[in-house]
Amino acid sequence: MMARRLVVIGAGMASGRMLEHLLDGGGDGWDVTLFNAEPRGNYNRLMLSPVLSGEKTYAEIVTHDADWYAARGIDCRFGEPVVKIDRANRVVRSSAGGVPYDALVIATGSAPFIIPVPGKDLPGVCTYRDLEDTNAMIAAAKPGATAVVIGGGLLGLEAAAGMAARGAEVTVIHLMGHLMERQLDPAAGYLLQKDLERRGIRVHCRGATKAILGHGRAEAVLLEDGTVYPADLVCMAVGIRPEVRLATDAHLEVNRGIVVDDAMRTSDPAIFALGECVEHRGQLFGLVAPLYDQAKVLADALNGAEAAFRPVQTATRLKVTGVDLFSAGDFTDAPGREDIVFRDPGRGVYKRLILEGERLVGAVMYGDTADGSWFFDQIRQGADVSAIRDTLIFGPAFAAGGAAADPLAAVAALPPEAEICGCNGVCKGRIMQAVQGGAATLDAVRAQTKASASCGSCTGLVEKIMALTLGEGFRADADPPMCRCTDHTHEDVRRLIKAQRLKSIPAVMQELGWKTAGGCASCRPALNYYLLADWPLDYRDDRQSRFVNERNHANIQKDGTYSVVPRMWGGVTTPAELRAIADAADKFAVPMVKVTGGQRIDLLGVRKEDLPAIWADLNAAGMVSGHAYAKGLRTVKTCVGSEFCRFGTQDSTGLGIRLEKLLWGSWTPAKVKLGVSGCPRNCAEATCKDVGVVCVESGFQIGVAGAAGMDVRETEPLLTVATADEAVEVIAAFIQLYRENARYLHRIYKWVAAVGLDWCRAQVADPATRRALYDRFMIGQSVHQNDPWAEYAARPADWAPLKTIPLEAAE
Amino acid sequence: MNSMAASWIEIGLLSDIPPQGARVVRTPRGCIAVFRTAGDRVFALNDRCPHKGGPLSEGIVHGEAVTCPLHNWVFDMNSGQAQGADEGAVATFPARVEGGRVFLDLSSRGRNGG
Repeated sequence: MMARRLVVIGAGMASGRMLEHLLDGGGDGWDVTLFNAEPRGNYNRLMLSPVLSGEKTYAEIVTHDADWYAARGIDCRFGEPVVKIDRANRVVRSSAGGVPYDALVIATGSAPFIIPVPGKDLPGVCTYRDLEDTNAMIAAAKPGATAVVIGGGLLGLEAAAGMAARGAEVTVIHLMGHLMERQLDPAAGYLLQKDLERRGIRVHCRGATKAILGHGRAEAVLLEDGTVYPADLVCMAVGIRPEVRLATDAHLEVNRGIVVDDAMRTSDPAIFALGECVEHRGQLFGLVAPLYDQAKVLADALNGAEAAFRPVQTATRLKVTGVDLFSAGDFTDAPGREDIVFRDPGRGVYKRLILEGERLVGAVMYGDTADGSWFFDQIRQGADVSAIRDTLIFGPAFAAGGAAADPLAAVAALPPEAEICGCNGVCKGRIMQAVQGGAATLDAVRAQTKASASCGSCTGLVEKIMALTLGEGFRADADPPMCRCTDHTHEDVRRLIKAQRLKSIPAVMQELGWKTAGGCASCRPALNYYLLADWPLDYRDDRQSRFVNERNHANIQKDGTYSVVPRMWGGVTTPAELRAIADAADKFAVPMVKVTGGQRIDLLGVRKEDLPAIWADLNAAGMVSGHAYAKGLRTVKTCVGSEFCRFGTQDSTGLGIRLEKLLWGSWTPAKVKLGVSGCPRNCAEATCKDVGVVCVESGFQIGVAGAAGMDVRETEPLLTVATADEAVEVIAAFIQLYRENARYLHRIYKWVAAVGLDWCRAQVADPATRRALYDRFMIGQSVHQNDPWAEYAARPADWAPLKTIPLEAAE
Repeated sequence: MNSMAASWIEIGLLSDIPPQGARVVRTPRGCIAVFRTAGDRVFALNDRCPHKGGPLSEGIVHGEAVTCPLHNWVFDMNSGQAQGADEGAVATFPARVEGGRVFLDLSSRGRNGG
């Protein structure tokens, strides 16, 4: 019998594996012609990363050499691209002529996606797909050279790590909020970023590439936000799309990929396809495991055996030496799914298991992936894990029948000389001694031993030692944790953010062992504030972690409309401003215009989609947001002072305006209201404000910690100063002290009651401390003092409904 | 017409919705809040809290839950059920993402009654 003629287009990993199954599995009777556009045969594309980093050579990753093809009589047409499939005559045409087939396999793989930006065609811009790309990167990645990788996915990061290993200075630009967002959740993405940064790779998330700059060749990458990174080489690794041009030209059925049935057959029964170019039941494939499954199925189908391709779960590991990362299955949340989260901040370990009913459906692990394969096995088997659920996260060792975990057992096992507090060098025995000697509270232990008195990260350990020593008699400190997501108090979190230099919400959640994946509506705004206050130059405000009012820069009302309050400096306005407010009220049919207690005008009942337009109008009249909704500076109420009043002793109006112009835009733990009265008659009611100034002939009496809400309190005297300049500096320094130390949502009077007025006074009375506080305040203002309306008024579409669906479409 | 068949309506791009945020889609039967989680899943819920009518689209999104901005009721976006001590539910509608585009199916009344 004549051998049947098989033509294969594409010598990739899938087709290589398919030929092995077909020819080495006893399937005689095939006369094979293998085309490949690349001038070489099959090699292990997955191993290009070790070649790039210099850990392997090309020769080591070749899977099928010339001898292999020769022994099987395969006619190799390498470097000879196919130009056309002639289905009517069953002939494949290349530049060198035609080859007839009985069966044809399309394995054209995928092509890298090129972002359509100016400069994309410059020399020095490459993708990461084949050996040519790899060699281009190897040539460019000399010590001292600069490289930019666009795309923080699997491929992009491997490219970045490889070039960095060769000494290049590498920057990764990633469009999304965290690296490898398809395989990792934000927490694991954060750990990965930290690891890469430790290796000197710069990571820029939320970065959209605008253009590649250069004269004659790539020199730099420009982002939409204006950042420019120099680049001798630019590697685009933003994704792939199936290479389907031959199939499309041949009028085969093609959606996103070449459509195949369970036997890998296309819409033409004589033509099959496999690999990254196919679409099977709506799904595309990029990882190697399903491609190998397809190879087996296709070989069986060609040999006339029954076989059906069924995609299975796949697992991902990043092939970057020293980075330990694993993800498998489906880790997105879905109806009925639950998380088990384990974090060990000290070791940089994060593990998250996703359960659906009794089954494990996904796993994300970072830092310690030893149990990854076992979890993957559980996922694939769909095993019932309900019986071992309590200890599942500890892996197979526990599942094999470990005893129930005793949280104290590990601490009990420590020898007395084991160091507990690294900051102060305190060992377990010393803490036990102190407890046995009568230190029954954490504070007492801290006072006697210094254990957990510095950074506080060992507090949990110290408490466990106390519990072991005291037995039933121990009760942890009464100060409650921040929320149910953590065991730390607000004060601990604030201290640890500074001590451990934590600069993002995922960083805090990871390093401080958050028990939920994304926090809650209570801790997220608090963390956002703490980070903003402590790292003004590094931290980027997370709008989605803000309460609605601060996110929309207006006060939400019970019916979902908003109130808009422009700032009126010190309560002073002009006819022109009043006209602009009146015009805006008319134009947007504002249902109520009201004078507030803080000496300004409130426009109530504005619809959300009208906010940008009304802001634009008020901005045009020279007004900015009054932050009437913010945990920040609200108003500075003034009286007319010595300018007009016959009793006025100083220019209280002028001082109020000056204070408001200095303090506006600053974020604080809770709202801050000021008052400045020009004489002790106190018409501005300054003595019930958070900070109140009463002017007298000899100077300025500064009082703090007043309140006129649920609690009513008179201010307590902080300092009396002689000049307006001193008053301004003292007040700004005091506000900064509050910003740096108070618990989120605590008004000034609550915070002062907790820390003591004397302590506050000592800080702001000392000239050096006061000046340092003032300077830090001004650093914050350099970032935060800007009008949010000006920014958002320019983006009205963000405030409107995403879409309006008419009646017909919805029915 | 088969009233059981899903009819997917494209409402915009996934990138139009901020991660851990929401956008509103106006429909003849009221506003629907379309949420995007940190993991890029989308959910469609009636944009009215059953408690006092608060716009859920303005709530803080955490995990697969949203907290109403008015009085802090927390809803599981999968089921629409209020969490914790609060009792109530908000209507949910099928939503999916394909090729970066977001689709809603409003053909049914939605779970918990549209």
